[in-house]
Amino acid sequence: MASLNEPIRTPLTLDVSALPSVAFGHRNTTWLANVFYMAIEGMMFALMFATYFYLRTRSTEWPPGHLPPALRYGAANAAIFLVSIIPAWLVRKRAPEGDRRAVRNGLLFLALFALAATLLRAFEFTTLNCRWTDDAYSSTVWVLIGIHSGHLLTELIETIVLLLISFTPKMEGTRLADAAINSDYWYFVVITGLMVDVLIYGTTRFL
Amino acid sequence: MTAALSLVASHVLAQAKVLDPGRHHVLHPAAPQAGHIEWLYWFIFWILFAVFVLMIAAFAGAGAKARVVASGPLPIVEKDEEADHRAGWAVGSAMAITVATLFVVLVLSVVTGKRVEGLTSKNPVTIQVTGHQWWWEVSYPNSQADQTVTTANEIHVPVGSPIVILTNSKDVIHSFWAPNVTGKRDLLPGYSSAFWFEIDQPGIYHGQCAEFCGLQHAHMGFSIIAESVDEFQAWQQQQLKNAAEPSTSEAIRGREVFLTHACLMCHTIRGTDAGSRFGPDLTHVASRNMIASETLPNTAGALAGWIVDPQRIKPGTQMSPNPLSPDDLQAVVAYLQALH
Amino acid sequence: MAVAESIVANDQDTGQSELALRLARTWRQPGGFWGWFCNTHHTDIGIRFMVTAFIFFLLGGMLAAMIRLQLIRPENSLMGPDLYNQVFTMHGSTMIFLFAVPLMFQGFGVYVVPLMCGARNIAFPRLNAFCYYLYVGGALVLWGGFLTNTGPDVGWFAYVPLSGPSYSPGHRADIWSQMITFTEVSALGVAICIATTILRYRAPGMTLNRMPILLWEKLVISMAVIFAMPAVMIASGLLLLDRLVGTHFFNPAEGGDVLLYQHLFWFFGHPEVYIIFLPGAAIISTLVECFSRRRIFGYTPIVVSVVATGFLGFSVWVHHMFATGLPQLSESFFTAASLMIVIPTGTQFFCWVATIWYGRLQLRLPMLWCFGFFFVFLIGGLSGVMLASVPVDLQVHDTYFVVAHFHYVLIGGALFPMFAGIYFWFPKMAGRMPSETLGKWHFWLFFIGFNITFFTLHFLGLRGMTRRIYTYSPDMHWQGLNVLASSGVVFMTAGLLVFLANVFHSMRVGAIAGNNPWGDAGLEWSMSSPPPPYNFLHVPTVSGRDPLWEDPPDQAIVVGLRDDIRETLVTHSLDAEPQHKDEDPGPSIWPFLTALSVSAAFVGSIFTAWAVPIGAVPVIATLIGWLWPRGESPTPLPTGESWLR
Repeated sequence: MASLNEPIRTPLTLDVSALPSVAFGHRNTTWLANVFYMAIEGMMFALMFATYFYLRTRSTEWPPGHLPPALRYGAANAAIFLVSIIPAWLVRKRAPEGDRRAVRNGLLFLALFALAATLLRAFEFTTLNCRWTDDAYSSTVWVLIGIHSGHLLTELIETIVLLLISFTPKMEGTRLADAAINSDYWYFVVITGLMVDVLIYGTTRFL
Repeated sequence: MTAALSLVASHVLAQAKVLDPGRHHVLHPAAPQAGHIEWLYWFIFWILFAVFVLMIAAFAGAGAKARVVASGPLPIVEKDEEADHRAGWAVGSAMAITVATLFVVLVLSVVTGKRVEGLTSKNPVTIQVTGHQWWWEVSYPNSQADQTVTTANEIHVPVGSPIVILTNSKDVIHSFWAPNVTGKRDLLPGYSSAFWFEIDQPGIYHGQCAEFCGLQHAHMGFSIIAESVDEFQAWQQQQLKNAAEPSTSEAIRGREVFLTHACLMCHTIRGTDAGSRFGPDLTHVASRNMIASETLPNTAGALAGWIVDPQRIKPGTQMSPNPLSPDDLQAVVAYLQALH
Repeated sequence: MAVAESIVANDQDTGQSELALRLARTWRQPGGFWGWFCNTHHTDIGIRFMVTAFIFFLLGGMLAAMIRLQLIRPENSLMGPDLYNQVFTMHGSTMIFLFAVPLMFQGFGVYVVPLMCGARNIAFPRLNAFCYYLYVGGALVLWGGFLTNTGPDVGWFAYVPLSGPSYSPGHRADIWSQMITFTEVSALGVAICIATTILRYRAPGMTLNRMPILLWEKLVISMAVIFAMPAVMIASGLLLLDRLVGTHFFNPAEGGDVLLYQHLFWFFGHPEVYIIFLPGAAIISTLVECFSRRRIFGYTPIVVSVVATGFLGFSVWVHHMFATGLPQLSESFFTAASLMIVIPTGTQFFCWVATIWYGRLQLRLPMLWCFGFFFVFLIGGLSGVMLASVPVDLQVHDTYFVVAHFHYVLIGGALFPMFAGIYFWFPKMAGRMPSETLGKWHFWLFFIGFNITFFTLHFLGLRGMTRRIYTYSPDMHWQGLNVLASSGVVFMTAGLLVFLANVFHSMRVGAIAGNNPWGDAGLEWSMSSPPPPYNFLHVPTVSGRDPLWEDPPDQAIVVGLRDDIRETLVTHSLDAEPQHKDEDPGPSIWPFLTALSVSAAFVGSIFTAWAVPIGAVPVIATLIGWLWPRGESPTPLPTGESWLR
């Protein structure tokens, strides 16, 4: 604490006026929030995966009296997920360069892929070979894929909104950073989607 | 410090049996299992009591040593390497003592756990306890179906023999607990588990459901009746018999009422047409001390009150009211009271 | 940009008050009725969290008094089992989900963290405001249900299958599940705001090594919330699905499992205990330092302890399930893990003693509550050691011994520090000092009443009195102890009335506090009380752990933040070097509207699953309204060159 006997000294200053007002990547605060958000959602997926395997230990047969879900739509969707990484990567790369046209095109393709994945997902539900009311196995399959569909839908809407913004002059600075963060989130949707696929299509067949 | 003393005093008082006419107490063991746990409890208690005294002394000492009375904020204590060094030693030693103490507690706890849970006999009395909302189904399984005793809420066991309890639940989670005997065990639907105990002293030990199980969780008691091997075997032989034929005309009419009213929808009386397993087996209901899961004494009045309006005594119980005429009621009670 | 390089002498002393006026205009929050719903400043939202949570504390306390009244004699007819089961469920749920976490983590955190960081507002202030409204929504759902006789009646942890569709028809358990969703989304959102504020909004120079212990604890708690709360959302979500659309997660007849629920619930439930206790410990560390007039002894061990507690909290959940009959190996493991928690907690205690011992103790009102905490929490912690031992736990589990234990831990670990904290920061919030005399009356009444009630419960537990029974037989001889326990309620109630009187009295006529009435070291004491809407006239820099004690008088201040838009400074997560500037989004009605639409969807889903797809439409619409960029910055954002990539 300043003693009264000391001469009063003028504080020094730290001038921050030259600092940028837009940050991309890990320095962006929204990026950090998105990481926390993915941690929360990732934790939910992890616990659902754990639930799936826990319930498996309580059953002698797995899937109990059902055929494993048919591969058709699930495999097609996995392929879409993998290809969709390209526009997401493009947006993420070009946004910091201020390349609004590339970002817009990337968002357009990403939105189309997300739309295709969502539509295919609707068909995927018809080929699960079970209903959620059948037994605990069926409930887990439906809820796993249902939770992921929720994320898919959220991401679809977010991408469409960003796409709409990208047609306005507001697609500047912070919004470009948001578009790049949106790509991070798409990666998360893709990774969890593939993990859900491995669980419900893969482990029922091969494990 | 006064609080610390009162803590000791009250624990000492809790030990004095004179204050505990019910003898229903974790620290009044009637079985070696509860005995081991009691020993562990007191061991940990005295360790922790010493810790408590030391910590309170430390805080009081620090407060007394450092206290300064002043109205405004005092100046900040200058950095003192010497003091930090001494504090470091003190904190470090305290942590070392803490770790050592915890280690002792851990080892004793695990050893006691083994002593409580390890089964030492090859020839135990096996009892299946199944939880229901809100009563206990008790059976003594036997490979021959007609040698299986089924009863409710009162568990007869021989003194000095190892008892294995197999658990299960028909509906929600219940927990089997008789404090004088041993620790509790949950009865989980979809799981069956086993634990054992052995009772030293003959007597009646009260127990109750310890896991909240709905409206009548409070009225889900049971009792363990520990008796000599001879008495136990005699009881078992009696329980194996079919229901006694009613001898008085009133009791005969009571059986008629029982079999023509809602009673037989839920209850079994072996030797009659009543064979439903939804409620307690009443074949030898008169041999029990209490009814309604240790809620009422097994007297004619209580029985009548229970039959007519169980919802008044245990609101929410699965048994529905039976608006019988006074004559019918009296007859049923007479019949049930004859089922020794 | 290094701090040292860019520090130059400040030669503009004049114009400070003009700057204050300009900042006040820029950072002003709207007034009036609608303005109230648009407010996004953290001090306002933080106080709202605290006041709302405290109201629910009083309501939860009234339920507790009802419980004590019912148990005052055997076979009491005051309440039937139906009402009693609702009352104890409401008591537990209210205290945990509507009081302890919202007040200790959200309320205190939102209020004090940005001030301690030297930030002008919390990160994501709109999300923060949204979380407040959502919390209120959850609270109203729970209490609305109770007041219309659909209060949950399955206990605050709602074990299946009792809470499942077969044994709990009606909507009581659904209301409990959705209240969880509301409050946990709220806590998760606030955790994101607080963690981001701590990692990015710290004043230049406040490296991790100089971060106040309170901020360390808030960071650890935020992480614990982020990793623990999803578990309870999954547990209550699956329960709701079982009840609403007929899934079979917890139905043993169809391959479901009842223990799965317990694992999921306690994987959240035990870290939750530390989510409630660590904010208390944070307050204690802050106050011990201030009132010992000495920098805290053992900064590093305390920080390590806090982080260790956060980790260990995740490894002990099974000790709530000892009675389910587990293999010996897992019993031993979870006993060891539970005992290990004592080590970091003990370390903090020892460091507090050392700080006091080598300090100049001023036993002011907040410090008196700290001593109350030491006593009460110590007893709770020691009985916790007993419970970590499986054999002892199997005897006292689900009895009043455990009830006594967790009230010692939770009231000791949260309520005593809370009152300490309220008295400590009251001058900052209200600008006036609390009355020490009334505060001491409050303390002694509450302390004595608390110990009478809850110490007695240990003996009831040992005598075999189980939890959650609405009545007992006179043959059990429990009446005397129950009367004693209930009598403590009178003292506690009197204490709380004195507290309320103190707050209302001191708010009007308390002595004017000034910036720093306690002479504390934290940055939150450097501005006027209550803080202006922009918090800091100049964003400060710091050069030590105790800025107001150590920093030289010419400690640099930050200049160059614009005063015509709400500009905030973003610094590096680890070393707090200035990195770039963010724009605070400012007040908005959209968080409130979004919270309304989300609440509508949640409430609707208590009755039909269709509420989810239908309710999603307004939720999406309001979210787009919230996030859609609008308005032009006074000057366009710089393009390209100056972006931080």
